[in-house]
Amino acid sequence: MAIPFNYNFRSVMRRPIGTFTTALGIGFTIAILIAALALAEGFRTTLTSAGSPQNMLVLRKGADSEISSGIGRDAAAILRSLPDVAAGPDGRPLASAEMVVVSNLKRIGQPGSSNVTLRGVDLSAVGVRATPKAVEGRLFTPGSDEVIVGRRISGRFERCRIGDELIFQKRPFKVVGHFEANGSAYESEIWGDANVLMPVMHRDAYQVVVLRMKKPARFNAIKKLVEEDPRLGVQANREDEFYAEQSKSLTGLLKTVGIFITVIMSIGALFGAVNTMFASVGSRTREIATLLVLGFRPWSVMLSFVIESVIIALIGGVIGCLLALPINGLTTSTTNFQSFSEVAFAFRVTPGTMMTGMVFAAVMGVLGGFLPALGAARQPLASSLRKA
Amino acid sequence: MNFLSLVFVNLRRNWIRTLLTMASVMVALFLYCTLGGVLDTLNAAADAGSRERLATRNAISLVQVIPGSYQDRIAAIPGVQRVCIQNWFGAQDPIDKKGFFAQFAVDNNFWPVYAKDMTLIKWSDPQVQIPVAADQDPHMAAYFAERNACIVGEKLMKQKRWKLGQSVKLEGTIYPGTWEFVIRGVYRHKPGSALTDEVFWFRFDYLSEKGMGGQNFVGVYKVAISDPSKSAAIAKEIDAQFENSDAATLTESEQAFGAGFVSMYGNVPFALRVIGLAVVFTILLIAANTMVTAVRERTSEIGVLKTLGFTDHSVFMMIVVEAAVITLGGGVAGAMLARLAVSGANLGFLPPIVLQWSTVLTGVAIAVVIGAISGLIPAIQASRLRIVDALRRVD
Repeated sequence: MAIPFNYNFRSVMRRPIGTFTTALGIGFTIAILIAALALAEGFRTTLTSAGSPQNMLVLRKGADSEISSGIGRDAAAILRSLPDVAAGPDGRPLASAEMVVVSNLKRIGQPGSSNVTLRGVDLSAVGVRATPKAVEGRLFTPGSDEVIVGRRISGRFERCRIGDELIFQKRPFKVVGHFEANGSAYESEIWGDANVLMPVMHRDAYQVVVLRMKKPARFNAIKKLVEEDPRLGVQANREDEFYAEQSKSLTGLLKTVGIFITVIMSIGALFGAVNTMFASVGSRTREIATLLVLGFRPWSVMLSFVIESVIIALIGGVIGCLLALPINGLTTSTTNFQSFSEVAFAFRVTPGTMMTGMVFAAVMGVLGGFLPALGAARQPLASSLRKA
Repeated sequence: MNFLSLVFVNLRRNWIRTLLTMASVMVALFLYCTLGGVLDTLNAAADAGSRERLATRNAISLVQVIPGSYQDRIAAIPGVQRVCIQNWFGAQDPIDKKGFFAQFAVDNNFWPVYAKDMTLIKWSDPQVQIPVAADQDPHMAAYFAERNACIVGEKLMKQKRWKLGQSVKLEGTIYPGTWEFVIRGVYRHKPGSALTDEVFWFRFDYLSEKGMGGQNFVGVYKVAISDPSKSAAIAKEIDAQFENSDAATLTESEQAFGAGFVSMYGNVPFALRVIGLAVVFTILLIAANTMVTAVRERTSEIGVLKTLGFTDHSVFMMIVVEAAVITLGGGVAGAMLARLAVSGANLGFLPPIVLQWSTVLTGVAIAVVIGAISGLIPAIQASRLRIVDALRRVD
């Protein structure tokens, strides 16, 4: 027969300070784990939400990022007029040819500078990828020296407030609005008119062309077609796959570092939990002996103590989740070396990350309770009962 | 029995607990020092570049190029000794696409400018005898004789299992196509230089011919100056030259140029500090919990000690020292372990991690302070304990 759960619960509550400090130790560990996972998750979602499976993203052959690519105006025109490109309501092909350069801007609030993507677009075509919405001010007027700044970086770099002027090659560009685009990585970019920016940046080629496919299922056929066209010299990717690939290395790094830190920290917290459980078993020698004398099997005594340890660990898990929750939505930024530009993104504490935290806590509870529980179950009855 | 041996007897009475607590402090300090090592490396990287050299790039960003014609104009500026080209290549090894390593196209001026930073440790003999300029290393003859020759860092050679004299194919990402090189030298950086032994240098004229249609576009000029104290003035002078031209430049010391890369990491150093604090706080809790439990178990014993004439103060000290010994032992072990394990590990763009002794010492100091604090509560309780209460308690 199993020992009633209530017994464990009340034992845990009998030593509130010990329980609480142990749970807090586990809680901090879980909080760090959740934070690391939330960071990786936030970065991944920001980057992948920039791509759609219906779109084809075309770069120069061999280019591993937008900035290292180049697609001439002729090639862009050929791509645009492919029969597989879907047409918009006005009959024009749904295709966006864009200039992508990075611009080094000074940070606000911390020393130094970082690269920000400057994208030259055609406002009437860029909707293929994302439709920018002005959250403050307005969108730029086509053909003018105006730019709009993604809302996530507008407070992070100098000269990005509305009314400020960003200077590119001696030419001032007026910031007229801050925009959002579905929370994607575009919100870390500066957008202006491609036809104005390209001559200023001495670019006579676009960097990237994005096409909306009529039938996304025909992706492989279209890919073959454009990649084998000797006039183009390009490679085609699904837009969503391209951005997933671009996010891979940093997401992987964030996860690896996060898990490395958590595992090491959890070993430390685990030893603390083992100590608490040993102390708990030690002070209840007679009680446990009594349970065994009453006829409870040793394995149910053992199970009971493991459960007790898991209860403490789960309290820790809950504390960890509560500690980690406030960081949800907090924005941070770093350079994605794959695109060589700054990406601002928000921590995303999801039910999934919290669940992982709780499972991790439970595992810590089982591991931490195992040895002390074994000790409890194997007690020599006679001497335990005789003890004063 | 003196004071210290009493402390050790107490440590031994529940050795599993003592060891577990020490181990948790050790693990935590290991983590703290490892994070500290990463911060050290970031700081060192931000400070590593030479102050005797300037770096000139396009004012917009590194990715925008500047004309090759700027080289002579910069060289003509007073105070400038020599100007060399250092151009990012960014190709991939088709055999190992994920294995990132840095490649730069450099002109002949590069070698004298960096003579103090590296030495050639292996070199090929030239197939054709050609005269080598007086300011160049004579062992570089084979490199100067072949357009697609390259010089590779010792460590990169080992990683890639390359041999001197072998040909290497790379796939261009910025400059399209397959590029073939022949390894004509292996270098090692000199002590005090910020260079790593993992760079692949090759000739700029090869890049210009094959990748730029014979034109010269340059990513970065490195400028050797005669008087480092005038670097700010010279940098200003260079930028003033090109202020009104097609490609305005930004010139800074090589050290500031390197710091620019570190600042791209953004909030990462801050995050590491926060995690470090969380780690410290967690061990504080664990250590404090252990000490409270340990002292509670010996309430009656403390009563006996006091009866024997031990003062409140000495009982207090005994417990604080006990806690400090546990955390000091764990702390020293953890910090040393971190120094041994982490030093030399690689972190992407950064030079190998170097864990400074100051970080190790800070870690140990933190451990001692944690020990003292965690011992404080039980020590105060124990020193205030009245003999009657202590002896009366049955537990």
